[in-house]
Amino acid sequence: MLGLMLVQMSSMRDALADALLELGAKDPRVVVLGADTSVSIKTSLFADRYPDRFFNVGIAEANMIGIAAGLALAGKIPYVSTYSAFVPGKCLDQIRNAVAYPNLDVKIVSSHGGVSVGPDGASHQTIEDVAAMRAIPHMRVVVPADAPATKALIGESWKTPGPFYIRLSRPSVPEVYSASPDLKIGRAKVLKEGTDVAIVACGVMVNEALEAGESLAKEGISAEIVDCHTLKPLDSDTIVSVARKTGRIVTAEEQNIIGGLGSAVAEIVSGSYPVPISMVGVRDTFGESGEYKELMAKYGLTSKDIVRAAKKLGAAR
Amino acid sequence: MEQAQIPIGMLLQKAVKIRTHILEMLAEAKSGHPGGSLSAVEILVSLYFYKMRHDPKQPAWPDRDRFVLSKGHAAPVLFATLAEAGYIPVSELKTLRKLNSRLQGHPDHRVPGVEFPGGSLGIGLSAAIGMALAGKIDKNDYRVYALLGDGELDEGETWEAAMAAPKFKLGNLTAIIDRNGIQQDGLTEQIMPVEPLAYKWKAFNWHVLEVDGFDLRQIIEALEKAENMRNRPTVIIAHTVKGKGVSFMEWDPAYHGKAPDKDTVKKLVESMRNQ
Repeated sequence: MLGLMLVQMSSMRDALADALLELGAKDPRVVVLGADTSVSIKTSLFADRYPDRFFNVGIAEANMIGIAAGLALAGKIPYVSTYSAFVPGKCLDQIRNAVAYPNLDVKIVSSHGGVSVGPDGASHQTIEDVAAMRAIPHMRVVVPADAPATKALIGESWKTPGPFYIRLSRPSVPEVYSASPDLKIGRAKVLKEGTDVAIVACGVMVNEALEAGESLAKEGISAEIVDCHTLKPLDSDTIVSVARKTGRIVTAEEQNIIGGLGSAVAEIVSGSYPVPISMVGVRDTFGESGEYKELMAKYGLTSKDIVRAAKKLGAAR
Repeated sequence: MEQAQIPIGMLLQKAVKIRTHILEMLAEAKSGHPGGSLSAVEILVSLYFYKMRHDPKQPAWPDRDRFVLSKGHAAPVLFATLAEAGYIPVSELKTLRKLNSRLQGHPDHRVPGVEFPGGSLGIGLSAAIGMALAGKIDKNDYRVYALLGDGELDEGETWEAAMAAPKFKLGNLTAIIDRNGIQQDGLTEQIMPVEPLAYKWKAFNWHVLEVDGFDLRQIIEALEKAENMRNRPTVIIAHTVKGKGVSFMEWDPAYHGKAPDKDTVKKLVESMRNQ
């Protein structure tokens, strides 16, 4: 089987570097800040090309966000990037007061989110970042599914004034999209039409959702698959319409189910068109060291977990 | 030579007016922070009515010098100064801390002339660095001033920023520390000692100056010296007195965050006018 499938794997970090180089060429207001992780997440490529517009602040995330706020106040568009283990956790106050409150054009691109970062262990596996960012007014929250989506959505963030939290994952994942997909902030993408259950996913879980859709199809269950890359503002029209169409929703995310995508979907659906929702995600527990796929299996973040959730909701032909 | 041109009389008058506004607006609001507002009056007067290049009619003028009030609880001194400079009507000052007012308890970016919402301590110097970096990228010679509290220096981010500014050779940045010696819980040297303060900043590679924070000539002279440093940020440690100008507030930590009542303020304002 594997031999027949042509799966293109690619890394979100490469896409981040690509996107920043393009934005840097297009707009001299674009500046990039790093905190001693820029070689790892490849923003150093921007530093090489535009040394006057790259600032490495050392291991000082709070200062980095504060400096970004100042740059934005003086007319720049700062892209701030490091590991999600440190941003937003070490600088929530600076993000809240210096960036979000004055609604500044600061784009936070946080890499290595979730448990998929792997062997670094729980200290480096962020599971609460999305919930924290979602709860701050003005902040937009975006979790791309793959490298092409990462590049496209970072490009879109440049067009949309105001603060962003864009969360990337470390592993290379199969490409869901071909190059330059037409993705818009705040508009979920229906990847596959279906009638029995809707699977609404974000980030690396979109791949798992597509795989789950195929497994369900083999059992005669038709799943609608939605890439909900923007968690805030949530595309409530699409979410309510898939609720009406399928009558049951499984959400899938690589973070704590408290406050993440599942919560966001429930906030909308419960008031507009209540249907049962089953949430696949980290169940309020810290991670641990291990390889990407091992961790995804142990913490219930695979296509099998999505299939199980769909069936539990009574999805049947 | 330069000092001869300083309009000291006008600046002193502004200082009296701003102190009066601070007391009246706090009495009207029935809450707020008088101590650290009164200690910073001469610093803001020196900047807004002498040193800074700014235009109240164009708060977003790209070439303007920027002032970041990092110790945001001293919002009354900033609002009173902006009103005296013509950014906002003096009559608006009495809306401080009231519902639907632009004059929030801590500076809000919606107020013309407010450059940064410095409510949470420790962030302002970082933001000032960002503005100074942008000035360098744009080859614009505007200057950036950040006023920090001495209690605020307890915040770790201040020292992250203190390390960064010399790295980026920000000669266009001047930090001013309102060294009034008092923070909310008591004396800074008891709560969290910051001395030897000048040595700390020297060790962080800053150009360090110390002045009497109520002596307009000294403050202005230091601001001029800071401007002559091309590639190095300057910190001016301004020795002040918390609650300056109101005898019963001076040196009393209780007046960090306690507003005087209206009757008391009426008497205080009369005595200030008669001085």
